[in-house]
Amino acid sequence: MNAAFDTAFGTTPDKRPESAAGHFAARALEVRIGGHHVCSGLDLVLMPGERLAILGKNGAGKSTLLATWAGLRAPQGGEILLAGKTYAALGAPAAARRRGWLAQKQHDAFSSTVLETALTGRHPHLGRWQWESDEDIALTRAALARVGLEALEEREIHTLSGGERQRLAIATLFTQAPQLYLLDEPLAHLDLNHQIAVLEQFSRLAQEESAACAMALHDPALAARYSDRALLLFGNGEFLLGKSEDILTAEHLSRLYAHPLRAFNDRGRRWFVPD
Amino acid sequence: MTKHRRAFLVLLLLCALALGCALFAMLAGSVSIAPGEALTALFGQDSPNAAIITRLRAPRVLAGFACGGLLALAGALMQVLLKNPLADPYILGISGGAGVGAMLALFFGLSLTGINMLAFAGALGAILIVFGLAHGDGSWTQTRLLLTGVIVAAGCGALVTLVLSLAPERQLRGMLFWLMGDLAQVNAPLLTFAALIVSLAAVLPFARELNLLARGGEAAQSLGVAVPRLRRVVYAVAAFATAVAVTSAGTIGFVGLIVPHLVRLLIGNDQRFLLPTTVLAGGSLLLFADTLARTLIAPQQLPVGVLTALIGVPVFLFLLSRHPRQSF
Repeated sequence: MNAAFDTAFGTTPDKRPESAAGHFAARALEVRIGGHHVCSGLDLVLMPGERLAILGKNGAGKSTLLATWAGLRAPQGGEILLAGKTYAALGAPAAARRRGWLAQKQHDAFSSTVLETALTGRHPHLGRWQWESDEDIALTRAALARVGLEALEEREIHTLSGGERQRLAIATLFTQAPQLYLLDEPLAHLDLNHQIAVLEQFSRLAQEESAACAMALHDPALAARYSDRALLLFGNGEFLLGKSEDILTAEHLSRLYAHPLRAFNDRGRRWFVPD
Repeated sequence: MTKHRRAFLVLLLLCALALGCALFAMLAGSVSIAPGEALTALFGQDSPNAAIITRLRAPRVLAGFACGGLLALAGALMQVLLKNPLADPYILGISGGAGVGAMLALFFGLSLTGINMLAFAGALGAILIVFGLAHGDGSWTQTRLLLTGVIVAAGCGALVTLVLSLAPERQLRGMLFWLMGDLAQVNAPLLTFAALIVSLAAVLPFARELNLLARGGEAAQSLGVAVPRLRRVVYAVAAFATAVAVTSAGTIGFVGLIVPHLVRLLIGNDQRFLLPTTVLAGGSLLLFADTLARTLIAPQQLPVGVLTALIGVPVFLFLLSRHPRQSF
């Protein structure tokens, strides 16, 4: 079943020259968490400009998989390569210049301002004794403007709403400016307008700056609209990986969520509604 | 940024404050000494009171500043390490271990060197027990570290009480003074001061990484911090600083908890400013408190730990009430 949809190397070879290793590769990846099987034998190469949506029920292991891809936890088998190298070979700072990770939750134990928080994204680009330059601050302000937080730069982060905090986390990723974005629920806490705005931003990064994105999403319709490929995690180690239009169907999604879904077409877009 | 300018200003002010406290400590006492005489005595010129300056007051100034700085630095580091603004250098049972060692030494009537050695051994023992038992990985470690430390500290507290209740009456006063902190017992102030310099120098290169660690281990790792290594460095330095301070001067409370907080309220959370400023503020506070402790009702001496608390608590409450909405 996995092999039938696996497009990691097969379906569009013309777009994937042999020489380019891609931004990210997972080979024969096996991920488990506390006896729970997330996936086994996962082979995936994310090419520049590619967007991958990850869907699954609560607890299927979307966050665990993304954290593993981000090098924050070790896989139980297989290997992960970032621009052809393992995380251990790259080292933490070099890895942080290549991949960014959006946490599902932000833990703010200490007080800090919006600007200071977004400025932390520059950390991997600075030397040990270097201070943030005016250029770094300008970059950070631009990133805040991209998520509509430019007016709040002096605000205390503890006074932000959930949606504002989430947009700040995304702005921090923009200041980090990696080539690979691993996004654990980028739409959490966001209003509809901001959901679309954020997905548009990442799509633009993919198109214009050849960034690659992998994002855990909850809405299959948004996944269909904003992803090139989709990965469904069934929560028992099984997965489906392939082009979004092949993978995101009412049949697969009904099986994924163990609830019947119906698909509607409207102006060339697919929508999924639970029965 | 204006924030940096403000922090830099506070840092400079605290340098001046530390020098002022040192001067005050040199001049105040049962024999009052003129500033000029104190200075010339420090540079080796002989005068009637030169011995008081070079043998008594200067070593005590050095010891007081060093212990205060060490405790405040250890507190700031523990707060980042445990991601808990209420952590203090004693939270992991280090002072408890040192206390047990010191009480046993006092009980058996050992010399000052013996007391220091047993106290240091006790501190190291507590560190090894806590870190050995809390070994693990992931976020579980922080909770587990905290719990293990609190339990070890409680156990040590019980042992200290046991020794106190068994000790003959004539030893009790010495024991209580040790437990409340007493700078008169520091016998190698230069070493203590060197420990402060080494500790600060060891963590300053990691200051920006500590800013990220305070925002969470995974977030820090994803931004390019080698978190496991950083945690080991921070824990080792904090434990070392606490062990040296406790061994030198007994358990002096409040400095490690309150000073990093005070500084945070003044200049914010950037560890690049926070760590040196904390050292200066902690050193100044303990120096000032110790001078008061030995002059207020001279020739009697008060336990300096009582004074650090009496000075620290109202200042802290005042600053806190000025920032009603700031959570930290």
